[in-house]
Amino acid sequence: MAEVMVDARNVRKTYGSNEVLRGVSLTVERGEVLCIIGPSGSGKSTFLRCLNHLESINGGRIYVNGELMGYRQSGNVLHEMKPKDIARQRQAIGMVFQKFNLFPHMTALQNVIEAPIGVAGINSAEAKELGTKLLDQVGLGDKGDHYPSQLSGGQQQRVAIARALAMKPKLMLFDEPTSALDPELVGDVLDVMKGLAKAGMTMIVVTHEMGFAREVADKVVFIDKGQIVEMGTPKQVLDKPQEARTKAFLNKVL
Amino acid sequence: MAAPESNVDDVVAVPLRHPWRWISGGIATALLLSFIWAVYSAESIQHEIVTKFLFDHRILEGMLVTLWVTVVCMTFGVILATILAIMKLSVNPLLRWLATGFIEFFRGTPLLLQIVFWGYLGIIFPEIFLGIPFTDIVFFRDQTSDVIPAIVAGIIALSLNEAAYSAEIVRAGILSVDSGQVEAAKSLGMSSGYTMRKIVLPQAMRVIIPPIGNEFIGMLKNTSLLQVIAVAELYTRASTISSANLAQIELLVVSGFWYLVMTTVLGFPQRALERRYGRGFAVVGGRAAPRAFKVGRR
Repeated sequence: MAEVMVDARNVRKTYGSNEVLRGVSLTVERGEVLCIIGPSGSGKSTFLRCLNHLESINGGRIYVNGELMGYRQSGNVLHEMKPKDIARQRQAIGMVFQKFNLFPHMTALQNVIEAPIGVAGINSAEAKELGTKLLDQVGLGDKGDHYPSQLSGGQQQRVAIARALAMKPKLMLFDEPTSALDPELVGDVLDVMKGLAKAGMTMIVVTHEMGFAREVADKVVFIDKGQIVEMGTPKQVLDKPQEARTKAFLNKVL
Repeated sequence: MAAPESNVDDVVAVPLRHPWRWISGGIATALLLSFIWAVYSAESIQHEIVTKFLFDHRILEGMLVTLWVTVVCMTFGVILATILAIMKLSVNPLLRWLATGFIEFFRGTPLLLQIVFWGYLGIIFPEIFLGIPFTDIVFFRDQTSDVIPAIVAGIIALSLNEAAYSAEIVRAGILSVDSGQVEAAKSLGMSSGYTMRKIVLPQAMRVIIPPIGNEFIGMLKNTSLLQVIAVAELYTRASTISSANLAQIELLVVSGFWYLVMTTVLGFPQRALERRYGRGFAVVGGRAAPRAFKVGRR
């Protein structure tokens, strides 16, 4: 049986009286690519941010690589984890943001090697070698000494992917990685992501790129109003949706 | 295709004349020159006294004191300000409340009053000791005036006052950094302390430095208030000399000249720092090139 990388059980999240996630359960196996689609405000980004505990959850459990995220369970009692331990858990989970969030005061290479040096503690020569290799991998080997402000959106997002990969994560989360990009720059970013998927990286991608989902995803989940409406292969969900809400959504975006 | 040498479409117009720009500029210049002349030719100002004391060793020593007291107070002030700013942004309500109280107190009372207060500390508490309250255990006991001479009192007063003002500047700088930066740092497994040092503060510096430069200049001039507790800085030295030779105006000119020199020179390191922390940011206003024209590394 395949190894389970992400196991989300009945995840609930509320902001005040607003229920954003109303019991989301899904599993992702090692090497699988899961695409999450859904209308804006459906809770899909929130769910992604819960997976690496950027948001704490109000109910349910999230296990990544067999570890309970954010809490320590002894018997029936949950204990909040120390920030240090949460930080350690997050190191195994790379995240790519819609707005890139590169560190603007550092060059592309410095962005990539800051965490390996400062968090993982590898020496700077080794980190530079790793960083250069990763920038090469995303097609930006010659841009290492450029600041983010000197790069296009697509290039910035590829640096952000290299930065996340530098911590050698077991899981990569993508939060609408191409939504802030000019249309002609989307392709380069998607190509890098396809390469990653092919290399066997476990990925969860919140996206509006149906073409990408169809081509790369092993599983597609449609989320609406904080609940999973439909889940299955891209063919099942995108081409033969069973639920009315899924059909209505796909009609709008396709 | 080469552009044609001349074209009927080219704009070759007679420039509009702006006589009032010349006239208003001329009037302002004339007023300035006549004022300078009036001061220069005033019989009550003896130029030879000004030149005689300009490089007097007491004046130069006073200047040295002014400079190092300024640097020391700004250093303490900004360090304490950063701590206060972080306290004010803390989730701990007690820390927030204490920082707010500190800032309100030191901003709400006149600096001169604070300086005199610290100067008089020896009268309020003739002795200070370090020990455990309500027991006989005392590690250290001495006369306050021995432990806190005037210059230390002055440094304490100026540093604490500076911290209160700069705390708000540092806080504004921290708040100016996009929250996405902290999220990205967290997602990479950085601790909050590391994020603050390596990600947030360096970016905040860009916003913090210009107003802190202002504070620096303000501090340099405020050290002259230490005259009231007889710290031998520039203004104190100048006024001591003038109370002996009665050349008040001349010595004001002397000290004023040196204050002006010092505040002008301080502008250079500020610009260097602004460039240092502006790296990676497109700065509007001509110092860093606009993004579209920026190629390669600065």
